[in-house]
Amino acid sequence: MAQFAAAAGDAFAPMYEEMKLRGAAGLRTAAWETFAAKGLPNRRVESWHYTDLKAALARPAPLAIARGGVEVARAHDSIRLVVLDGAFRPELSDLAALPRGVTVQPLREALTQGTPGIMALLASDDVRTDDAALSLNTALMQDGVVLRIADGVTIERPIEIAGVLSSEEARSSFTRSLVVLGKGARATIVETAGDLTGVAAQDNQALIVRLAPGAMLDLFTHAAGQGETQTRVMSLVAHLDEGAALSAFSLIEGAGLLRRQMFVRIDGEHARLALQGATLARGRDHVDVTLVVDHAKPNGQSRERFRNILDGSSAGVFQGKTIVRPGAQKTDGVMQSKAVLLSDSATMNNKPELEIFADDVQCGHGATCGRLDKDQLFYLMARGVPRGEAEMLLIEGFANEAFEGFGNEALRSFISARVSHWMSGRAA
Amino acid sequence: MAALKETVSVVESIDVDAYKYGFSTDIESEKAPKGLNEDIVRYISAKKNEPAWLTQWRLDAYKRWLTMTEPNWARVHYPSVDYQDLYYYAAPKSTPGPKSLDDVDPELLRTYEKLGIPLREQEILAGVETRRVAVDAVFDSVSVATTFKEELGRAGVIFCPISEAVQTHPELVKKYLGSVVPVTDNFYATLNSAVFSDGSFVYIPKGVRCPMELSTYFRINEQKTGQFERTLIIADEGSYVSYLEGCTAPKRDENQLHAAVVELVALDDAEIKYSTVQNWYPGDSEGRGGIYNFVTKRGDCRGRNSHISWTQVETGSAITWKYPSCILRGEGSQGEFYSIAVSNGYQQVDSGTKMLHLGKNTKSRIISKGISAGRSQNTYRGQVSAHRKADGARNFTQCDSLLIGQDCGAHTVPYIESKNPSAQFEHEATTSKISEDQLFYAMQRGLPAEEATALIVNGFVRDVLQQLPMEFAVEAQKLISISLEGSVG
Repeated sequence: MAQFAAAAGDAFAPMYEEMKLRGAAGLRTAAWETFAAKGLPNRRVESWHYTDLKAALARPAPLAIARGGVEVARAHDSIRLVVLDGAFRPELSDLAALPRGVTVQPLREALTQGTPGIMALLASDDVRTDDAALSLNTALMQDGVVLRIADGVTIERPIEIAGVLSSEEARSSFTRSLVVLGKGARATIVETAGDLTGVAAQDNQALIVRLAPGAMLDLFTHAAGQGETQTRVMSLVAHLDEGAALSAFSLIEGAGLLRRQMFVRIDGEHARLALQGATLARGRDHVDVTLVVDHAKPNGQSRERFRNILDGSSAGVFQGKTIVRPGAQKTDGVMQSKAVLLSDSATMNNKPELEIFADDVQCGHGATCGRLDKDQLFYLMARGVPRGEAEMLLIEGFANEAFEGFGNEALRSFISARVSHWMSGRAA
Repeated sequence: MAALKETVSVVESIDVDAYKYGFSTDIESEKAPKGLNEDIVRYISAKKNEPAWLTQWRLDAYKRWLTMTEPNWARVHYPSVDYQDLYYYAAPKSTPGPKSLDDVDPELLRTYEKLGIPLREQEILAGVETRRVAVDAVFDSVSVATTFKEELGRAGVIFCPISEAVQTHPELVKKYLGSVVPVTDNFYATLNSAVFSDGSFVYIPKGVRCPMELSTYFRINEQKTGQFERTLIIADEGSYVSYLEGCTAPKRDENQLHAAVVELVALDDAEIKYSTVQNWYPGDSEGRGGIYNFVTKRGDCRGRNSHISWTQVETGSAITWKYPSCILRGEGSQGEFYSIAVSNGYQQVDSGTKMLHLGKNTKSRIISKGISAGRSQNTYRGQVSAHRKADGARNFTQCDSLLIGQDCGAHTVPYIESKNPSAQFEHEATTSKISEDQLFYAMQRGLPAEEATALIVNGFVRDVLQQLPMEFAVEAQKLISISLEGSVG
């Protein structure tokens, strides 16, 4: 065991030595020790039961470095903050368009200056999990943005944190952004992870969200990597205070191995949470959606709804755990995962868990897996819709179910367009 | 309503400590020296006069066991078991292999009478059709009596202690023993393979519908003794058998180990229905004592259209670690799992099933009802998987948990793995408490709280109770009420 840990540690150790000099040494060291004690998780680690990160990251690529002269196209209308090759790039970002009540600070700066509020947030129990990928992110975080929205401020236009890799050869990047909403603040945030070249990038990005009482956040996360050889871990760590509401939608377009993990703590009464998303995977893609919803206070509500569309030899994973702590009475939790296998060699693994320590709760989960409903196909075909088109309609409808309740029309149509685009690339 | 009244009267008649099988029998017994080593394994094998291949099989298992570590993935916590501080063999001293009940120690007969287990073959009274059940009674490490052997023999059914089957039907034992749960399967199964003492052996020949229910009744009596029984049931082509299993143990302050292995084999068109009412001593209200129940049960639907159904009512044991499973190998085979797990006091239950779909058009159904009260923790852990070749596999799973009281926990951990697009899996789980509306409704009509709770709980577990043979269902219903005694505040 010690040998294994040492081997895993060895590969990342030079990066740790380098990053330790860039501020937050205490935080980094603690996280590094957590990581190095066990190393990268393989499938024997229960929370990584279906994804072998140890094999995928057997040879870590060198850290990404900032480059000039790169243009990043816009996907949708938003106030964009660009994190390119592991560094926040003000000159590529729409800083001037930021409305009043919104402040942006590069994470790198907050770490070197030791900005008190930020350091406290990063050192909080929410972030200090024993998850290996997140610990590694804490130990090696390069840059990102710290976005703060003041009490009572409502932002209409979405603010996008665009994570992009542009390198021609494989690089690792460890980015982290923070989104902090003050009391009663409201906003829509878009988080993107993509790349311009499709090389075997190793991307580890984390978003830390903190919602003060009554704050409301709509979060749309788009994993839009290219190619088939990338390894990407996207973590969300969210903390909801009393009466806060978080709706987080994920659209995951598979590109090699991707793990979307979400850790949400409901730490105030009457908080509401929705975690929803769709996975589109084909080829040899492996997409793992893992979430832990921790109800620590009474009267909370959580809804999880995920749809997996798996083609080729792809594999989908859904692991969802709802925890209800002692005393978190009147919790209302519903989790649902559905999968459609479009080919003979696709695989789906579902593991929805409940861990309940309070008696006056209503919690449930449902999971299904199968192929497209024959009756529905027949219905459409009997009305003259050709088979291919009928399948496409059903799949699009299935994927769009995951975004019900997302109020931003423009982003909704962007999502629909992405699903159609993915479908059109399906081998006939 | 009659059953309900009975339930309530049973509940009322019990004192604080509700376990009614907690007495111990004062009987002289012969024990192997304490501890475990190769000599003990040889001792047990010699006691049973086993052939050399079986002695070697046990020794291989023992060697393997030494290299294994105790599993720790289940949600159960207990001080580690000192495997050298146990007796691995204990048998009531009496004439070896009693020929008839008259040779059996009367103290033992009284014990079974007190437990309500009929060891005398009852005659059918004129005009009164009673259902008869053949019983194999296992007391600590040996089988003390098996009833209705003759009548079963006429139908060609073999029902005897496994130690006897080793002597009389070595070819069957050799062919099937360890073929469903391999020696290397897991820590407890491997330990069992090394030291198993007794258990039942059943063989139903081709085309035979077993003329009566078969049952085994397990009793742990000695102190510091582990019970390691091994049951092997083979249903040949086109046969049917319904098998019941019951168990109790005396109240003791120490924890006792029970690590059984049950193997079922169903060939073409055969059906095995296996029902368990598990009522090992659960420990006292402070969590002292009780049985550690670490059991490996697995059925192999080897033949086409074979069918294995597990039904369990788990009310006893301090710790339960048990996952009766089905390997759905034969085309069109079916597996079922119906479970009620009730936990109260400081009990910990981690139980569930595995349905492994390997063959085409295989079907499985899982209905699990967990009820936790007191300070207990109740976990459902299950796996449903479809192999690449399992075209048309179907599964339906429903696990519901009910919480009574605010200090208990209910957990659900299902693994649902599909590698075949034509496999259709559906899984549903809920956790809730007894609805105040339901309780209010029942109480408004004059039922006291305890009775209203019993009524609602009985409704909650009805789907599973319906799967049990009738006598067992009545017994199970009573047990559930007793187990929940004191949980309604």
